[in-house]
Amino acid sequence: MADPMKIRASLKGDVAEIRILMSHAMETGQRKDAAGATVPPHFIQSMTVTVGGKKVIDGQIGTSVSRNPVFGFKMKGAKVGDKVVVNWVDNKGDKRTDEVAVA
Amino acid sequence: MTKKILLAVLAAPLLTAALPAAADADYRAKAVATLKKDFQPRGQASLDRLAEDGLQTVCNRTGNKPPEYLAKQMEADQLAGVKYPADGKLMGDWREGEKLAQSGRGFTWTDNPGLPVGGNCYNCHQIAPKETSFGTVGPSLYQFGKLRGNSPDMQKYAYSKIWNSKAYNLCSEMPRFGHVGALGEKQIKDLVALLLDPESPVNK
Amino acid sequence: MKYRILVLAALALATQPAVAQNKRPAAKPPAAKAVQVPAAEVKDAATLEFEKFRAEMEDSNPAELFEMKGEEQWKSKRGPKNVALAESCDLGLGVGKIEGAYVRMPRYFADADAVMDAERRIVWCMVEKQGFKFDDIAKQPFANETFTPDITNLVTYVAGHSRNMKLDVPLKDPKVHEAYEIGKEIAAYRAGPYDFSCNTCHGSDGKRIRMQNLPNLSTPTGAMGGVQGWPGYRMTGGIMLTHQWRMGDCFRQQRFPQPKYASDAVSYLLTYMIGNANGQVYKGPGIKR
Repeated sequence: MADPMKIRASLKGDVAEIRILMSHAMETGQRKDAAGATVPPHFIQSMTVTVGGKKVIDGQIGTSVSRNPVFGFKMKGAKVGDKVVVNWVDNKGDKRTDEVAVA
Repeated sequence: MTKKILLAVLAAPLLTAALPAAADADYRAKAVATLKKDFQPRGQASLDRLAEDGLQTVCNRTGNKPPEYLAKQMEADQLAGVKYPADGKLMGDWREGEKLAQSGRGFTWTDNPGLPVGGNCYNCHQIAPKETSFGTVGPSLYQFGKLRGNSPDMQKYAYSKIWNSKAYNLCSEMPRFGHVGALGEKQIKDLVALLLDPESPVNK
Repeated sequence: MKYRILVLAALALATQPAVAQNKRPAAKPPAAKAVQVPAAEVKDAATLEFEKFRAEMEDSNPAELFEMKGEEQWKSKRGPKNVALAESCDLGLGVGKIEGAYVRMPRYFADADAVMDAERRIVWCMVEKQGFKFDDIAKQPFANETFTPDITNLVTYVAGHSRNMKLDVPLKDPKVHEAYEIGKEIAAYRAGPYDFSCNTCHGSDGKRIRMQNLPNLSTPTGAMGGVQGWPGYRMTGGIMLTHQWRMGDCFRQQRFPQPKYASDAVSYLLTYMIGNANGQVYKGPGIKR
């Protein structure tokens, strides 16, 4: 099972700042292990972010993104208490959903 | 003819002037015992590396400030061990020297012991002006030959210094590259050329 | 005939004929003319840029992911004895108390009769309280690209609970003091093919290997440079690494053999280093190139 994400969402004035830390190997399929064998690709393919029931991000990501990636963005229109739900699915079909309330 | 007398305990007072207080010696003994019990061999890094040779012992026990008479004597001994090329030529190819100076590999437990060892020079010295990523543990060697010329004496000095830095400064921080077999004759010649050849970028 | 007296009282360990039979005076190196050294201070733009990037990243350091895992592992019942560290492990401030524990280690633990750094103490708890086998933990004690050991998560979690606290290694404790003094000697001990000690690189101010600045471990701010940011998330490879790992990597570069995991040698060295940084503020798990 995938490890939990760490999500932070805080409102400063009318702008909510949302930061998402994902725990994922993000193997590109290019790397070789110590024995010289190619490590098979394993990476997050899609992610969505929903704030207060509205989908604000529906994105495709790939092997150019680092291991344990960090995503950060700012948005207007969120209120304190709004639920931020982040979801991802990787190329092996593994998935993870975590949520936090805007503070 | 030289006769050597090894005095185990009697000679101790000779060194005490330069040695720290007894409490330190006790801690040092414990430190050595701790190192011996708490390390394990890995790759080419075997446990015998923890044993001090005579020079290391003197430097360790005097805080790298050996009494002058001892330093002079031991420096002379180190110099006497330098092996010079049979063909008498001390300068090689500065281009090869530059490549060697760039490489920092060798002797760690992750290094393949079958591969040649680098000179590690830029880790600690400024050398050719083009390389701006250089260390400052040792002095700058930029314009080394331009400032000193490349007389036979100077060549011999540079060769010996790289072969065994301790021949000139007993507790120098620089490794004894030839003495420990890290660099061979050809490699040291190439490094001498990097420092002294008028065509080397070091001297431009 | 001349007698040479070799001072062997202190040199009993001499193994190589470094003092050979030779009496001629050392040749003087040919005198150099005034050496003109060009400005060695190169504007280190790369470092400055990285500092900016690091400041940005510290705000969302992936180390937090490991803290989260560590928290779960600290609080849940685990191991053959099915006990939680939170209800059994004393890091020096009482069982289960972790606030400020990291900045107060290494310290002396009477139950183990040893001065232990944080990582070693947690390992001790895992073995003694939870029943894990030390050899299993020591088999692969540090993270790589595909594996992060539990102990790394646990150390990161504990370190996270000393954020913005002052280092306070109890050096007045005689056992800790002794560990400090032995650590100081370990740092000064030159050996190996290159005659290196820790102090060769880390014993004076303002030195660099290539572009990498070398903290001087004998000063408070210098020592802090060797403490801050550990455990740290290394962006190259995306690996969470501990202070114990860092000490081992220094010995590797020193061309020494490898220190055994969770051994006195590393604890003593850490006591010296962290003790020298006492009073400086620790910012928690960090981020490294």
